[in-house]
Amino acid sequence: MSTPIKGQQDFGAGLIYVALGGIAAYIGSGYRMGTGSNMGAGYFPMVLSVLLIALGVACVVRSFLRKGEPIGAVAWKPLILILLATVLFGALLEPLGLSLALVVLMLVSAAASHKFRLEWKAMVGMVVIALACFLVFVQLLGVPLPRNPWFGL
Amino acid sequence: MDILSNLALGLDTALTWSNLLYCLIGVFLGTAIGVLPGLGAVATIAILLPITFGLPPVSALIMLAGIYYGAQYGGSTTAILVNLPGESSSVVTALDGHQMARNGRAGVALATAAIGSFFAGTVSTLLLALFAPPLADLALQFGPVEYFSLMVLGLVASIVLAKGSLLHALAMIALGLLLGMIGTDVNSGAQRYTFGMPELADGIGFVAVAMGIFGLGEVVGNLEDEKSRTVMMKRVTGLMPSREDWKRILGPIFRGTALGSILGILPGGGALLASFASYALEKKVSRRPQEFGKGAIEGVAGPESANNAGAQTSFIPMLTLGIPSNPVMALMIGALIIQGIQPGPAIMTQQPDLFWGIIVSMWVGNVMLLFLNLPLIGLWVRMISVPYHFLFPAILVFCAIGVFSLNNSTFDVYVMAVFGLLGYLFRKVGCEPAPMLLGFILGPMMEEFLRRALLLSHGDAAVFVTRPLSAALLAISALLLAAVVLPAVRNTREVAFQEEG
Repeated sequence: MSTPIKGQQDFGAGLIYVALGGIAAYIGSGYRMGTGSNMGAGYFPMVLSVLLIALGVACVVRSFLRKGEPIGAVAWKPLILILLATVLFGALLEPLGLSLALVVLMLVSAAASHKFRLEWKAMVGMVVIALACFLVFVQLLGVPLPRNPWFGL
Repeated sequence: MDILSNLALGLDTALTWSNLLYCLIGVFLGTAIGVLPGLGAVATIAILLPITFGLPPVSALIMLAGIYYGAQYGGSTTAILVNLPGESSSVVTALDGHQMARNGRAGVALATAAIGSFFAGTVSTLLLALFAPPLADLALQFGPVEYFSLMVLGLVASIVLAKGSLLHALAMIALGLLLGMIGTDVNSGAQRYTFGMPELADGIGFVAVAMGIFGLGEVVGNLEDEKSRTVMMKRVTGLMPSREDWKRILGPIFRGTALGSILGILPGGGALLASFASYALEKKVSRRPQEFGKGAIEGVAGPESANNAGAQTSFIPMLTLGIPSNPVMALMIGALIIQGIQPGPAIMTQQPDLFWGIIVSMWVGNVMLLFLNLPLIGLWVRMISVPYHFLFPAILVFCAIGVFSLNNSTFDVYVMAVFGLLGYLFRKVGCEPAPMLLGFILGPMMEEFLRRALLLSHGDAAVFVTRPLSAALLAISALLLAAVVLPAVRNTREVAFQEEG
């Protein structure tokens, strides 16, 4: 495959900078700019957004000129499962309590590894970790974490 | 002698039974989590932060400092035994340390790292005690103009010292500064970048950002190429370096300590550059440069001393100016604020017991590391040998509990997930996230000082160059930037970092 892009990483990073800078500038354009001696809420963000966009453009330009590293394949399975596990933990923590939310977090995230097997030893380990966390954080350290409404763990 | 009475006060604070205990717990936990491959000092501190919430401020800070040293030490242990550096500053330790382990000299390598770190820690604790008070006096005269210029210097230095491309470092700082803008604007009360979410009114939490990028992002990155590791653990015997070894490590330890102490004060991951620079230096002055990379003991002694010295002296700008010089210090500042202490030059005069207690406890922590870790090596080896597919769910557990318990908010858990995604993206495109975190911390402060400075001067930007202190700081920044662009310096910078390759 021959594209004119020599530095894939630079190209990708440049696009991220331009996109984030663009969003920040677009939203920031709604804030009051003010003047140098009396800056509004939009002054500093606008300066930064423009700077970020400029740097992003520079990165993209450089990616055509200088050879760089390839980006490589995205590890979709770990990425999605790890993020999903985290979000599930957030969603389940209050309704189900700490221990159950932890078990879900561990189960879903562990599936991200290709060495993942559903075996009873690992399951026991998971339950032990969840209970240990409950004991250490809630009972011992008194951190106010949500408990399960039915069985209190 | 002022210093002596100050140190005596510090000893009084640090040597109470409870503080000794917290220091010990911190050092132990820090090492335990730090030896786990793929977890650096930032992630370790972020994970263990919630444990310190219930403690009084002095004990909390003492424990956090202990965690920091422990994590660093643990990182070196992993680097030597498995060739998997837990953090970037022990990358160079892995080069020769792991080779030594392969040659059956793992024990000597570990002992050398411990001795070097201890010596460097002792010297830099004294330096800290000597230089912090005059710096804090100076800082008390700082106005908004000087503070702004100082932060510019800090950010510029972090660009210069960051590894990788300057363009990326600059962009990441700008991005970090922008992220710091999220929330309520203190001057006008305007909501900025909150997308109408009330949870964002106070801005996004630093811990959630750090854990997302350094915790989740790293886990996904590590799962990308899951490979089995071989631990060099058959027998870790023969800890004591021989007479010949001692002769070879003394010089590197002295040079590493000096180099690390100086570079650590500079903002922007001084400890990282210190270990790279020390390795390059030792290779240059050595009579046996061909041994480097094949298990040269100098290649362990120098960088490890430099690394620890840099870690200690990086407390100087944090404690005296309230400005973090690296993400770890940013976390420390976060911890201080959680404890209700405003970091800055006033700490030293208003809470001398806190200030000197922390300084002395750093040395105490180093002593503990020296005596605790070598006997416990067997335990660390067993922790390292836990396979990664059992480990990372547990890492996530700590991240999730830590982030949630900071504010009791599930929103922060989601923020962490978003930054986990960003962290992985940055990793894919080769961006170093550390400068972004610095920008994120400094962003709101910089804007505030800039506004105040310009308000006082009626919009005249010339104040930044007419006030002598500020002009000096900006001149140093300009020199630093110019130096990096100059080809000669650029080359040495690349040489210093290329060793990693």
